[in-house]
Amino acid sequence: MAQMNQKQLMQYINEVSFGIDELALFLDTHPMDQKALDYYEHLRVLRKKAVDAYTKHFGPLTYRDVETCDYWTWVQTPWPWEMEG
Amino acid sequence: MWTYEKRLQYPVKIKNPDPAMAKIIITQFGGPDGELAASMRYLSQRYSMPFRDIAGLLTDIGTEELAHMEMICAIVHQLTRNLTPEEIKCQGFADYYVDHTVGLWPQAASGTPFSATVFQSKGDAITDLHEDLAAEQKARTTYDNILRLIKDPDIVDPIRFLREREIVHYQRFGEGLRRVQERLDSKNFYAFNPEFDCSSSCK
Repeated sequence: MAQMNQKQLMQYINEVSFGIDELALFLDTHPMDQKALDYYEHLRVLRKKAVDAYTKHFGPLTYRDVETCDYWTWVQTPWPWEMEG
Repeated sequence: MWTYEKRLQYPVKIKNPDPAMAKIIITQFGGPDGELAASMRYLSQRYSMPFRDIAGLLTDIGTEELAHMEMICAIVHQLTRNLTPEEIKCQGFADYYVDHTVGLWPQAASGTPFSATVFQSKGDAITDLHEDLAAEQKARTTYDNILRLIKDPDIVDPIRFLREREIVHYQRFGEGLRRVQERLDSKNFYAFNPEFDCSSSCK
């Protein structure tokens, strides 16, 4: 993760987050599936690390994690629907 | 409550504008079987759902549909970049453009505005889950139709992702229906409405 550039790290976050999205829906109807629960925990930890790294180096993904400095960086980076997003 | 994450669930990067296609794809924003309809349907149904696991399913799928709505809007937005008046006219985009410029407005491909009349929230667990199963198939068919009409791989890629998600949601709602049926009166689960007749004792 340390060597990833912004695009690669975002791709990684998308992949791990999608795994979690899938597992969350599966666990909603299979709440006791131990394999799914274990895999969820595994991805949860990976995602947290990746999001913390992304936030630190490239900017906030939610407005609850903004490092304010002297500017509201939340509105400085491209929005996801832009070509540059 | 909702938190917004500044990323798309799946990337959308469309190099070539195509306003004629935008008018077709916008139907998955504001059309009868689109993502906004799906989201509002599930997020509305969850309040009276007497089983917490299925209320969770409705919440989680309803939330994912908002993320899909965002992807559809990103596709339409990128397809309508850098248009000249000539392109707007000969691509058949003028009737949308005159009322909305290149803003996003929830309508079907036909121009019919989005309305709550495209979905139901019936307040009956069995009924609502059947509505949801049908909704996912309708959305899947719409994506099938879109895939017959588009060839640009930049558009095909996110559309295929969205189509696949409809199939997965259908699976989950099927499991949800089975789990509800198992918990209702096993002799006759049409004997009462668990959301109305038995108040708090069903969870």
